[in-house]
Amino acid sequence: MNPPADARPRLSRGTRLSFDRVRHAHVLLYPEGVLFPNQTAIDVLRRCDGSNTVAAIADDLRHDYRAVELTDIAELLTQLSARGLLELDSN
Amino acid sequence: MPGATPEPPLGMLAELTHRCPLQCGYCSNPLELVGRAEELNTAQWCDVISQARELGVLQLHLSGGEPLQRPDLAEIVRHARREDCYVNLVTSGFGLTPERGGQLADAGVEHVQLSLQDADELAADAVAGATGAHRRKRAAADVITALGLPLTINVVLHRGNVDRIPDIVELAEAMGADRLELAHTQYYGWALRNRVRLMPTAAQLSAAEAAVAEARARSSNLRIGYVPADYHETYPKPCMHGWAARQLTVAPNGVALPCPAASVIDSLPVVNVRDTSLRSIWYEAESFQAFRGTSWMREPCVSCARRQLDFGGCRCQAFQLTGDPTHADPVCSLSPHRHLIDELVANAELGQALYLEPRRMRSAAAPR
Repeated sequence: MNPPADARPRLSRGTRLSFDRVRHAHVLLYPEGVLFPNQTAIDVLRRCDGSNTVAAIADDLRHDYRAVELTDIAELLTQLSARGLLELDSN
Repeated sequence: MPGATPEPPLGMLAELTHRCPLQCGYCSNPLELVGRAEELNTAQWCDVISQARELGVLQLHLSGGEPLQRPDLAEIVRHARREDCYVNLVTSGFGLTPERGGQLADAGVEHVQLSLQDADELAADAVAGATGAHRRKRAAADVITALGLPLTINVVLHRGNVDRIPDIVELAEAMGADRLELAHTQYYGWALRNRVRLMPTAAQLSAAEAAVAEARARSSNLRIGYVPADYHETYPKPCMHGWAARQLTVAPNGVALPCPAASVIDSLPVVNVRDTSLRSIWYEAESFQAFRGTSWMREPCVSCARRQLDFGGCRCQAFQLTGDPTHADPVCSLSPHRHLIDELVANAELGQALYLEPRRMRSAAAPR
């Protein structure tokens, strides 16, 4: 199920996006795990600060991404949320 | 020896000390515990952490023993954060006063794993070997959650507590945990010594799996991890995702190991961060190269379709049970040594939970 458009996603407590100077790559660090996000995921994760709505993030990325990729963004948010890395509270 | 250069490590387990106020009989620390006088000092640990980050380590697990026994813990945490490691504290909670917790949060601890022995207070204190242990852990959880730090409760499961999973889940929720890690005992170190008293029955395991499934379906806020009892499985665990593939361990005395249990394989040369750079250890040390990749394998592993899935299982377990670390993990149903596991499993159906030999430093009077 895709997140509601008015949800304001933010990284969960203990999860942060960082840049690894050794691998020259962005990394998502969380309790006991590391993810290497692709460029789309990096662009999305950077905007997940608890103030931007899903709709606003999609709008913001519309310049750089095609419609099909915007569907992927919703899916990405859902997946990250299912893994406990993202909170999707809509209040 | 593998041909390809290994990837950089993702994580390092820093066993800051083996000292611990608890005496859990399932501890996976080696029987030969390192004393205080042999521990790396603050500057040495900070140097190891800097080297680890330079090598590619992103996740730093500060563990032990009990890391709070080190007065310099906050200093080590601060250094690790300056190096931009993700800092995970693995603790019994003993000594985690509000003041100490505040210092560690300020220094930059990002996640805390708190061990819990049981949901039953008396049983928990008996396993920990310390009266009041259970209550102190609950107080430590309050300190952690009040600081806003994410909390994982770690519970080692065994014959004596595995029937209480529903109560353990309820307690973890009451403690404000984000995650609960239910891990069946892995038989290394002290746990191997106490194996016969720790092993659950097949009926207990079935009930445990049902309880976990039920709790996962019911609890939306608590994420529950479950590490199965590998002796009862058909295939071995993909131990460490392969030998020296993603993680390394540094013991309190500076000995670097591909996994926390690897010191049991006494044919491996000992390498220490006091003498050798971490980069050289990761890429060149004989102990790290020994079982990398698949070229060390023999049958049934070498021709097995699963060799890239479970990497032949655990080298330490193969060594401990068969005497040869290049054998398949005897847990594997394809192993010619599987009968060893079957006998232990059958024996567990008869056994009873009795006295666990408490984990302790050897004193001069203790027999070898």
